[in-house]
Amino acid sequence: MSATESTGTDAAAIMAPTVTRTSERVLRILIPIVMLVLAVVIWQSYVVLSGTPKYILPSPVDVVAALITDWPTLIPSLGTTLTITFEALTLALIGGVGLAIILVQSKWIELALFPFAVILQVTPVVAIAPLLLIYTPNTQTALLIVAFLVAFFPILSNMVQGLKSVDHNLLNLFDLYGAGRWQQLIHLKIPASMPYFLTGLRIGGGLSLIAAVVAEFAAGSAGAGSGLAFRLLESGYRLNMPRLYAALILLTFTGVAIFGVTSFITWAVLHRWHESAVRREN
Amino acid sequence: MANVSKVFSNGTLALTNMSLTVQRGEFLSLLGPSGCGKSTALRIIAGLGAPSSGSIEWPSSTVNWKGLPEGDIGFVFQDPTLMPWATVFGNVYLPLKLQGLSKEAARPRIMETLATVGLADFADAYPRELSGGMKMRVSIARALVTKPKLLLMDEPFAALDEITRQKLNDDVLNLWRQSGITVIFVTHSVFESAYLSSRIVVMRARPGQVFTDLPLITSAVRDEEYRTSEEYRVSCATVSKALHDAIHAAEVR
Repeated sequence: MSATESTGTDAAAIMAPTVTRTSERVLRILIPIVMLVLAVVIWQSYVVLSGTPKYILPSPVDVVAALITDWPTLIPSLGTTLTITFEALTLALIGGVGLAIILVQSKWIELALFPFAVILQVTPVVAIAPLLLIYTPNTQTALLIVAFLVAFFPILSNMVQGLKSVDHNLLNLFDLYGAGRWQQLIHLKIPASMPYFLTGLRIGGGLSLIAAVVAEFAAGSAGAGSGLAFRLLESGYRLNMPRLYAALILLTFTGVAIFGVTSFITWAVLHRWHESAVRREN
Repeated sequence: MANVSKVFSNGTLALTNMSLTVQRGEFLSLLGPSGCGKSTALRIIAGLGAPSSGSIEWPSSTVNWKGLPEGDIGFVFQDPTLMPWATVFGNVYLPLKLQGLSKEAARPRIMETLATVGLADFADAYPRELSGGMKMRVSIARALVTKPKLLLMDEPFAALDEITRQKLNDDVLNLWRQSGITVIFVTHSVFESAYLSSRIVVMRARPGQVFTDLPLITSAVRDEEYRTSEEYRVSCATVSKALHDAIHAAEVR
């Protein structure tokens, strides 16, 4: 039996477009950087040329200066926000994946629990923040619960979807070889649900940061140990625009970093086998 | 293995009182129009669904419909049905893994099985890197790795092109000849069944049951020469006629 069908053509296909591919790769990195630099330059020139005062629109230079001088106040706040974000995301991952696995075990469990999940999901979480503030011992706990609830549902619903969308013939195959429920879960359902889980992770990761900030706005923490949202509000009240922008930039970078990390995890897990992570070859 | 017989009927009447005895070591094709219940019959033999009535008897003793130990049956689905996240090796390892065999203990058997289907060099490839025919070979290797006594194939090559299909037909024939395994092969192709089988069971629809049972003369070696021989032509004509009658019988009712 020959097994070499459909391999010989690859080498020839790779040779020709090497030159264009390299220049395309350079452009891919260069174009976004040039655009960003250009935007900052235009911003700086506008502020300088029009003479706009700092307390209305600070120039990029002012913002960077604020970032450096206010570093000692901003960093602890960033730490607080990050802590809430990651604690919430971790809890949401454990809770979402765990509950999803329980839900798909039996349709009765799903019927019994799903209404609660839906009710909690459709209620705007910010609206229950005041309630949480009364019930919880401190603001941090309330913030954590809000951020958790927001990140929890995309992870739960994606995971449930993933665990259910297993190839039926693969399920048959596992039955044929007498696989138990546990084997089926470990070797079939969980790997098959990875693309869905990772979608949930990317959405949940972004949302937990947003929720950590929004919840702090709603809950209104203050003083030491407060997060970046408080710094934003405080800077706004004091018309300290450079610091407000500096805090915003920190949040943006955090968001980008979370997006980068979750996207990298997705790539690392899926790039060998899943269509979404594989470069199209034609 | 002998005396696999079953009698059953079910709600949607996919099969009605179908009886069939399979001899040990034969290559039996189940041929019939779509909707005649041939795949259903195969799945019931595999234990993938209980018959609503009737039973399947296995040679050792009279046991229930799920009487064969796991691993004694290999099943090849219409699609390759591979796990995309596992390598070729991982996919073929699956049945042994589910039996609790460690990867190292299973390795010689997996490599040996991959070699019989000509994929020894592709153990570390992922399914998406393989052609349709190669995926099907992996699927066959997975079915064979437990050294089953009975191999069930459900229109395995229906989605492949004619050339790949002929190649795989020859490969399956070789495997069958060398291993002495019993094969039940579901197909809707007259030519495929005439080429492969030592016996063809033609099924009819409404009610889904056995229409005719055609033992074929097996003396001829099935190879490229056989494909153009008079004997093959006659077999095809006979089978074609039987299939036509089976379809006609269902329409008249």
